[in-house]
Amino acid sequence: MFTQTPLVRRKQRNEIIAKWIFGAMAVAMVVPLLLIIFHLVSRAWPLLSWDFLVTNPVGGMRRGGVWSAFLGTIYLVVMSLCISAPIGVLAAVYLNEYARDSWFTRIINLAVVNLAGVPSIVHALFGLGAFVIFAGMGRSILAASLTLAIMTLPVIIASTKESLAAVPVSFREACWNVGASRWQTIRRIVLPNSISGILTGVILQVSRTAGETAPIMFTGAVFFKKIPEGDLFAYNLRDQCMALSMHLYTVTTQVTNAPEALPYAIAVILLATVLFANALSISLRVYLRSRKKW
Amino acid sequence: MGDGAIDLAAAAAERRQRASVVARGAASRRRRWELVGESALEWLIRLCGVSAIVFVFGIFFFVLREGAGFLFHGLNLRQFLFSTEWYPTSQSNVRYGVLALIVGTFSVTTLAMLIAVPFGLGAAVFVSEFCSRRMREGLKIVIELLAAIPSVVWGFIGLGVLNPLIQKVFRVPVGLNVLNGALLLALMSVPIMVSIGEDALKAVPDSYREAALALGATRWQIVYRVLLPAAKNGLLAAVLLGVGRAVGETMAVLMATGHAVNIPHSPFDPVRTLTATIAAELGEAAAGSQHYQVLFIIGILLFSITFVVNFTADLVVKGIRKR
Repeated sequence: MFTQTPLVRRKQRNEIIAKWIFGAMAVAMVVPLLLIIFHLVSRAWPLLSWDFLVTNPVGGMRRGGVWSAFLGTIYLVVMSLCISAPIGVLAAVYLNEYARDSWFTRIINLAVVNLAGVPSIVHALFGLGAFVIFAGMGRSILAASLTLAIMTLPVIIASTKESLAAVPVSFREACWNVGASRWQTIRRIVLPNSISGILTGVILQVSRTAGETAPIMFTGAVFFKKIPEGDLFAYNLRDQCMALSMHLYTVTTQVTNAPEALPYAIAVILLATVLFANALSISLRVYLRSRKKW
Repeated sequence: MGDGAIDLAAAAAERRQRASVVARGAASRRRRWELVGESALEWLIRLCGVSAIVFVFGIFFFVLREGAGFLFHGLNLRQFLFSTEWYPTSQSNVRYGVLALIVGTFSVTTLAMLIAVPFGLGAAVFVSEFCSRRMREGLKIVIELLAAIPSVVWGFIGLGVLNPLIQKVFRVPVGLNVLNGALLLALMSVPIMVSIGEDALKAVPDSYREAALALGATRWQIVYRVLLPAAKNGLLAAVLLGVGRAVGETMAVLMATGHAVNIPHSPFDPVRTLTATIAAELGEAAAGSQHYQVLFIIGILLFSITFVVNFTADLVVKGIRKR
């Protein structure tokens, strides 16, 4: 062994200190996550049951469950993804497969980055001005879903672009060489090889869409709406709806004398929905990475 | 008999020929349809490609359209930007001064960044340089889950958890203040800083690390002397994106910062931000009224602020790629 000079010793001591400090900073993120989830679940525990999920709120939203809000959230998420996923995927196909490296492409990319950075409340103003008022949709599930769709669009474009770019260029070249057109190559080679990555990104957006409150506040979500329990098609696209996120906001800030566990239970249901979508996306990604052949 | 056989053979040949002509016709017709369909699809793809530009302009246009009437006719811009008096519903003397709201937004954001930047960048360094592969995967999942918590849930945590905690720890009467909002925003913007910061550190070529290792540097020395200087643009971009997220955040600050229009003098003063004002008052303002239009003008202001922040971040990132 080398003899340890004071310099080396100091160096190694600093190394250990640095490692612990940085490690503590990383762990500082884990702790709040666990604490928050534990705290919410423990407070909500007395109310959590299957009945809570499938009954409507009653008694000025102080009793009953979250069914109408839960169903509203599902409507908004499904509708908005039905709009944003095709547009987003095709936009990413354009950016990755068709666009040349020109000033125009650069502007599109810049627009995507900036669209992703627009505050959610500004999306709400846009939705109100463009869909509710200008297009005459009124406050409805349709207007709210369109607003949410535009909000999720840039993220879907970015994640899809990444998975398209992960398909090796040699795959495309091989396909072109047997005489396939650009679209045939995309349809038969590029999309099948990246579809799972694309899905991962889209599922991740389920979680983001389900949690948003500000964009739907003024475009389609209402404080309270009674719908028949157990009917999955209870909402009309022209109707306004309740949503879990909005419901949590309402119950915490507008409803007085609500039972203490109620907002916690709503928060847990919302969080569970969001984290479920996330877990699905993460496990899909882990599975795919293990299966990748190239 | 012989003739008959020849006839049969001829007929068969003719039939075959006719069939092949028909087939060729069908093929070429299908070919044509495929080509038409394909070019239609390619146009659709191009259309979707430019959708992002359309939407960015659309957002600017429609938000401006709702606020334009008052913005160009009647709004006192100097009062709007430099007065702290926000009395949109006053009976006698209506005043629209958003300075206190701007200061509110920036005080919460600044304090949040003071908390989040060391933690976010520290965690990015740890994830990219110090930890094992397995631990990195675990931490990344935690970061993703942290990023997934909806802002209204954060706001609820601010109301239900941080509020009493701050009251108890700092012995202040109300826990809904700048500090509360800043803590929430810090937790919300750390994930984006970690992931962008980690990308920036990863983008430093391994040869830099190897060269430093060959000189006998420890990992901390590599981080401090080699990686931080080499990745400083990327780290700056990570911070800027965190700032953009914090400025635009609505529900958490609406619920947790106390909702008083006020220039804060300490972290324990309540404030109100630009975003929270829109969210709280748009429901009450009559459509088309001055108050309603002013809220849209605030929206334009917010849009411009985040546009500048994101644009700068993008330029900084581009700077790295070019090098």
